[in-house]
Amino acid sequence: MAQAGTLDVDSGGRVVAAGDWTLASAPALDQRVVEVKRRRASGAVDASGISRLDTAGAELLLELAGDARDGITGLDEGRRALVDAVAKAQTEAVAKVPPQPPGIVVLLARTGSAVEAIWHDAIALVGFIGLMLQTLARTMPNPRRWRVTPLFFHIEQTGLDAVPIVALLSFLVGAVVAFLGATVLRDFGASVFTVELVGYSFLREFGVLLTAILIAGRSGSAFTAQIGSMKAREEIDAIRTLGMDPVEVLVLPRALALLISMPMLTFIAMLAGIFGGAIVCIFSLDISPGMFLQRFHDTASVRHFWVGMSKAPVFAFLIAAIGCLEGFKVSGSAESVGQHTTSSVVQSIFVVIMIDALAAIFFMKLDV
Amino acid sequence: MTERETVIEVHGLRNQFGTQVVHDNLDLDVYKGEILGVVGGSGSGKSVLLRSIIGLNRPTAGSVKVFGQEVTRLSEAQRSAIEQRCGVLFQNGALFSSLTVAENVMVPLREHHHLPMDLMQRLAALKIALAGLPAEAGAKYPSELSGGMVKRAALSRSLALDPEILFLDEPTAGLDPIGAAAFDQLILTLRESLGLTVFLITHDLDTLYTICDRVAVIAKKRVLIADTLDKVERFDDPWVQEYFQGPRGRAAEHAAEHAAHAATEH
Repeated sequence: MAQAGTLDVDSGGRVVAAGDWTLASAPALDQRVVEVKRRRASGAVDASGISRLDTAGAELLLELAGDARDGITGLDEGRRALVDAVAKAQTEAVAKVPPQPPGIVVLLARTGSAVEAIWHDAIALVGFIGLMLQTLARTMPNPRRWRVTPLFFHIEQTGLDAVPIVALLSFLVGAVVAFLGATVLRDFGASVFTVELVGYSFLREFGVLLTAILIAGRSGSAFTAQIGSMKAREEIDAIRTLGMDPVEVLVLPRALALLISMPMLTFIAMLAGIFGGAIVCIFSLDISPGMFLQRFHDTASVRHFWVGMSKAPVFAFLIAAIGCLEGFKVSGSAESVGQHTTSSVVQSIFVVIMIDALAAIFFMKLDV
Repeated sequence: MTERETVIEVHGLRNQFGTQVVHDNLDLDVYKGEILGVVGGSGSGKSVLLRSIIGLNRPTAGSVKVFGQEVTRLSEAQRSAIEQRCGVLFQNGALFSSLTVAENVMVPLREHHHLPMDLMQRLAALKIALAGLPAEAGAKYPSELSGGMVKRAALSRSLALDPEILFLDEPTAGLDPIGAAAFDQLILTLRESLGLTVFLITHDLDTLYTICDRVAVIAKKRVLIADTLDKVERFDDPWVQEYFQGPRGRAAEHAAEHAAHAATEH
């Protein structure tokens, strides 16, 4: 039933179109149209041999005829109507493609707008943190406005549900650190110092850092996606028109929940990491559990614990702020939710590691 | 009346979700070249019927034939071939939000045909213009369009492959009366020029009176009647009577008569 569309010039110089002038044969016909047009400017086309015609075919016929639309002959009433409709649409459809600037200009422009975007993001984050603190100060004195149910819901989601993964990963990293320490320190006959290595690193840095990175990936992204899809579906606007404050309703419970669950998760991460280190010490270094505990007790001072712990609420607050703010930046589309979720995780992890590095220098100078 | 070619045949359709029966023993024929309006109360299963016909919803029992082929028993390739002959306009447009309007229209062209980029862009611009959108709209993202423009953009995508049947799910819902009337005329024009068969779900009485050749009423889990508007209006059923003889139904009828008179006088 289907026959390929053809376009030929017969011996009398007439242009004859035949066969199926449909989308399926459009690529071949498109080339033929260009060839025939190159030989002859425009003019009469005999279209009586066309068996099927659709909009793609009509568009090619018009392309072939150029300005001389009346030159197309052999169309019945229905096809004439189709060609007319397409011609009418074509006049409106003169697609204007804006001229492309040269590559170097595009590169510079994109670099500039990226830098500007970083600057605007930073300003927006500082502003948003201010807004959160202001809202917190306003709601604090009024216990009736504390949103206890969502608070506990989010503590469960961000804290309790994250315990297994945080504990497992910290345990594994603890074991890896102990292995590394044992391998390097054995050469110096100082493998017993592995206990200090694991203790120091997990109390001061790894416990809180691992937790923060996991929470940024797990809860920060969830905050962005939740608030972002609410924004996309105008739910945030609905909250506003119902006389509620989105920051109070959505952001504070999430931020407070992270502030509560993050220190607890950090504590669990420290325990799990040190436990992982202890297991390696016991099974591959011939350090007995009693000896490990004794050594740990003698060397690890409580100030290391407090140095690590003091960072947990800071990280929690920043992750929550970035996650929620990115959610509010979502506009309309599903793709936007994805973009901002990615941006939220990247920003959170960047900020967490940067603050951790600054804190390390700070505590070193303070000599704690 | 001469025997007309049927393009969609639904026989004994049954759709059941859990214990809830949506359709039971539903029959419906759609003839080539007509505009069939489908009406029914909210929750009467209009959209489910549409989804059953285009193969998005597998019916519990019964047969659905499109172009004479049973849609539930097709191979992947056959199904794809049928789908390419059907265009669907979803209620909320369902445009891909990460693509511009022109790219949305080009998605099916790119997927099913190997066209040169230039021709594809020309065809996309053509479809966008056919749907009554200005040329600039092609470069915009769906989030930048108004409700009426989203409908038109979605229509231009559903026309991308030159379908023979066009399924429209409440095309005028959420449009202002002027926009809705323009959309009605657009569908009429497209049917005339492209020879489409249109399956149209609507709540809009004006649409029914202005453009539909036949109206199918879905109630009591089946098609009560599918006939011309005059006959449907006179059909003896309380729901049908209330639907067409209620204040809105009468107003729409008067408006349609008025328009017809005006047209004959000029």
